[in-house]
Amino acid sequence: MTDFVLQHFNYWVVIFLMMIGMYTVISRGHLLKKVIGLNIFQTSVFILYISIGYIEGGTVPIVAGQVVGNTGDVVYANPLPHVLILTAIVVGVSTTALALALIIRIRDAYGTLEENDILKLDQDSDG
Amino acid sequence: MSDETQLIVIILLPLVVAPVCYVVPSPRVAWLLTLATATGCFLIAVQLLLAVLDGGGFSYHLGGWAPPVGIEYRLDVFAAFVLLVLTAIFLVCQLYAGSLTRKSGIKEIPLAIAPTFFAATLLCISGLMGIVVTGDVFNLFVFLEIASLATYAMISLGRQRRALTAAFQYLVLGTIGATFFLIGVGLLYAETGTLNMQEMSTLMPELVDRRTTFTGMTFVIIGLALKLAIFPLHLWLPNAYTEAPSVVTALLAGTSTKVAFYALVRMTVSVFGLETIADTPLPLILLIVGALAVIVTSAQAILQVNIKRILAYSSVAQIGYMVIGVGLLTVEGLTAGFVHLFNHALTKTGLFMAVGIMLLNTVDAKLPSVAGLGRRMPWTSAAVVITAFSLVGIPGTAGFISKWALLDAAMAQEAYFIVGVIVIGSLLACIYLLRLLDVMYFRAPEKVSDHMPAETLTVPFPMITALWVLAIACLWFGMFTEHSLSVAKLAATTIMGVQ
Amino acid sequence: MIWIVLIPLAAALVTAMLAPRLSPQSRVPERLAMLGAFVQAAIMFFIVFQFATVATFSAGPWVLAEPIPGITLAFHFEPLSLLFAVIASILWFATTLYASGYMRAHGETALPRFYCFLGISISATLALAFSANLFTMFVFYEILTLSTWPLVVHTEDETARRGGRTYLGVLIATSIGLFLPAIVWVYQLAGTVTFTPGGVLPAETSGVVVSLLLLLFVLGVGKSAVMPLHRWLPAAMVAPTPVSAFLHAVAVVKAGVFALAKIVVYIFGLNISSDVLAHWIIWLPAITVLLASLIAMREDNLKRRLAYSTISQLSYIVLAVLLFSPEGTLAAGLHITMHAFAKITLFFGAGAILIASHCTKVSELDGMGRQMPLVFVCFAIGSLSIVGLPPAGGLWSKWFLGQAIVASEYPGAWLLLGVILLSAILNSIYLLGIAVRAFIKPFSGAATIEAVPWSMQAAMLIATGMTVLLFLMPMPLHEWLVVLTLSIR
Repeated sequence: MTDFVLQHFNYWVVIFLMMIGMYTVISRGHLLKKVIGLNIFQTSVFILYISIGYIEGGTVPIVAGQVVGNTGDVVYANPLPHVLILTAIVVGVSTTALALALIIRIRDAYGTLEENDILKLDQDSDG
Repeated sequence: MSDETQLIVIILLPLVVAPVCYVVPSPRVAWLLTLATATGCFLIAVQLLLAVLDGGGFSYHLGGWAPPVGIEYRLDVFAAFVLLVLTAIFLVCQLYAGSLTRKSGIKEIPLAIAPTFFAATLLCISGLMGIVVTGDVFNLFVFLEIASLATYAMISLGRQRRALTAAFQYLVLGTIGATFFLIGVGLLYAETGTLNMQEMSTLMPELVDRRTTFTGMTFVIIGLALKLAIFPLHLWLPNAYTEAPSVVTALLAGTSTKVAFYALVRMTVSVFGLETIADTPLPLILLIVGALAVIVTSAQAILQVNIKRILAYSSVAQIGYMVIGVGLLTVEGLTAGFVHLFNHALTKTGLFMAVGIMLLNTVDAKLPSVAGLGRRMPWTSAAVVITAFSLVGIPGTAGFISKWALLDAAMAQEAYFIVGVIVIGSLLACIYLLRLLDVMYFRAPEKVSDHMPAETLTVPFPMITALWVLAIACLWFGMFTEHSLSVAKLAATTIMGVQ
Repeated sequence: MIWIVLIPLAAALVTAMLAPRLSPQSRVPERLAMLGAFVQAAIMFFIVFQFATVATFSAGPWVLAEPIPGITLAFHFEPLSLLFAVIASILWFATTLYASGYMRAHGETALPRFYCFLGISISATLALAFSANLFTMFVFYEILTLSTWPLVVHTEDETARRGGRTYLGVLIATSIGLFLPAIVWVYQLAGTVTFTPGGVLPAETSGVVVSLLLLLFVLGVGKSAVMPLHRWLPAAMVAPTPVSAFLHAVAVVKAGVFALAKIVVYIFGLNISSDVLAHWIIWLPAITVLLASLIAMREDNLKRRLAYSTISQLSYIVLAVLLFSPEGTLAAGLHITMHAFAKITLFFGAGAILIASHCTKVSELDGMGRQMPLVFVCFAIGSLSIVGLPPAGGLWSKWFLGQAIVASEYPGAWLLLGVILLSAILNSIYLLGIAVRAFIKPFSGAATIEAVPWSMQAAMLIATGMTVLLFLMPMPLHEWLVVLTLSIR
């Protein structure tokens, strides 16, 4: 049992972070906290990717010595997930930036960042 | 320029023009640049469709790197079809947006922001087109996010402050959806070792029994379902469509959900494979949520007072129809779904455009405010009549063709429950649309308020022209369907034949 | 030759384009409509006489488009269509004549819109008449519903809009909910939806399927007003009287029963052998005949009484059609004609009474016959036709209907015959009774009688004249219909 947990340690971390992130997004009413939750959620995915890219006994995926030729016995960790994650991080940062910009505008327009208060203000202006 | 190169040019063109638009000081020049780009993209899309119809699908390898090492762009009939719809709607919407640059300033978007707005539009369409042509699942994610980010920004430009919260809500839900998609891709990559769609589809059959693959597939589907606004993951759509400026809503209604639908079909039918999907409960689930979408959201539409919100709920219902077509998982079913994609893009974009023009002349977007506009704005209202009929599915319009195709597909499968759902959905649509027409034409206007211009009506020429292009298209494709129905059928047969 | 369908549409479009430039007093819309109607009627007569000498004919099909592979938008000429088209053309002319007097005298506004949609409705009716397949018929059936809606809510007040909502609601619900699925089902079963003599359904279709399909059609073609889907007819009485006259004699209701006739003859085919079928479905129109007559007797509002009378008479036609025999189809064709002229006479009369005395209730009409002799004589002749007595043409249609029922060897035939006779007696009470009381009872003098415009009187005379003419000379019509029944046997 403990073996099972320890062997898949990275996945447990991923799930843990993912759940924290989603819970924050859903349960917290403050918009800024939602953004933070979103970020945690996205980070969990990054860890998922990177951790599955690791190959047991693999080394840094940089070719040492000559470029061409038999790289035979050397086991490299998979560089592709790292590349994907860099892209995903960029996407995540842009999303966060946009979200924060929206938050600033919402703050200006509503005066508050609490979701319930915003809803109430909207309903009041409706009626 | 060879066909393959055109594939990359169509994506690059808007991407390159976008920053130029951003730095240009004059809104009019920015608009002209966007219009030129839209025309260029549309022409290339036509060219690509003709090429695919002639010679079959083809692909382009980015940077010359052959897959699976490099990223591949693939084009088959379905992709070319959707690409054409995208660029056509984009072009017409840019025509519509021309009125944004008038000196008198259409109140929708502040004139100072117009160049930035056009830059965002170009990025959005580039992202959407990228989703359609790409043959790499991670590339799909990247373009998905490009398009979504641009969309969030565009939605927030609405007149009321509620546009900001609507955009924020869409951002949160959309990011969750995209991240789910990313998780799914990660898990699938872990199993198959490739990101290339073609290669993944060949590897899938052996790996399908493994839990990782199944989980990956599920995450991908849920993520795309969120983007597609399938019931019950549709909660962001009504707010986003209602609060966004009409220019934006018109564009989004015709493009973003269609592209998400494309992505869903591509991932499920092409990548995961027909047999794989048929074994899972997915087709049944699609039928059920599609049916629920049609009935529940049409009923909700009847209860709304805000016109744009009525149309937004209606959009969710129409997406339900498309999803039902996929759920039937036959050539007829997919044909119906695809042709509905085409016809609905024309119809909904036209309706939102018409409503946009009308809302320029009313104090708010509520139903009683448009009373009597039928007589005072005859051309706009006539276009509303045509597109509303198309939405209901009155014969003679494009919408009828897709309804018929769906009924035909459902009856061929003996899915009489679906037949009932389609019929009830049409009847519900009748209620909320005929109510709109009733108020527009047969109710006397309320007393004129300070905000409503008394006699002079704003009906900008670019807007009405764009609107009528779509209205005529609704009628045209209701009668002459060689290009819509037969291409859709070809797309369906190709996609189902190619595993 | 099919472009004849476009004449009313052209008149409508010209009216629409000229409308903004016309003053409210302008007589151009009605003159345009009358001109169009006259040309239309003349050309229709010409076409009919061309075909009258040919033993079996059909011309066409003229294909306009092919929206769905295998399903076209196509038109053709065949005996039943031409009959319906001729009736429609003659009565369009009479209606425009009538309307030109009525609308002014009643102080109605928005006349260009009225004539415009009237023209579109006629075009839709003609196109429906000439449809070569179910799909084309459905297209124009829907267009007819939608183009008559503005006519129903013409006065734009709250009662009109409510009536319009019922009208539209019932008709659209039945057409999209029942008619359309039935069409798709036929397509699934037969692979085609074209009207073919002898029917298109494959011989091995099960009796249950055929019965269900027939039921879907009978209920789905809501314009035939078979109970319980008849609510739209009385609701549509909020329309101005020319609209009611037109809807209930020419366009909408006749389109409905005509559609059913074509469907039975050319989709199901008269030889469809199924014992389950007509046996129980035929009771729907039979019950409607009696029930509607009973309700009509209790209605005091004149137009609503006429509406229920129409519902009853329409079910005569549906009953005749559902006998699934050539004699039945003959009787149906005859009754379509006779009822069209008779009913429009009655409605014209009701409108004239409204204009002259502002009375809408039957109870107020006692003794008025002596003040308005022409109107009430016409009304009397119309009533005689509905009841089925000479000197009105209705006698012939009732006669042939009775013959058809007897010839059908249908187990409940004697009961059906009883229904027809009983209904005739009821008709005489609630229709003929009006005319009788108008002449015999003393005039209450409560209402002041104004003059009836000459155009309305002329229209009434045309309609009444045709009713009497059809009594005196039914042979051309009868021979025409015999040709039809020969071609479909």
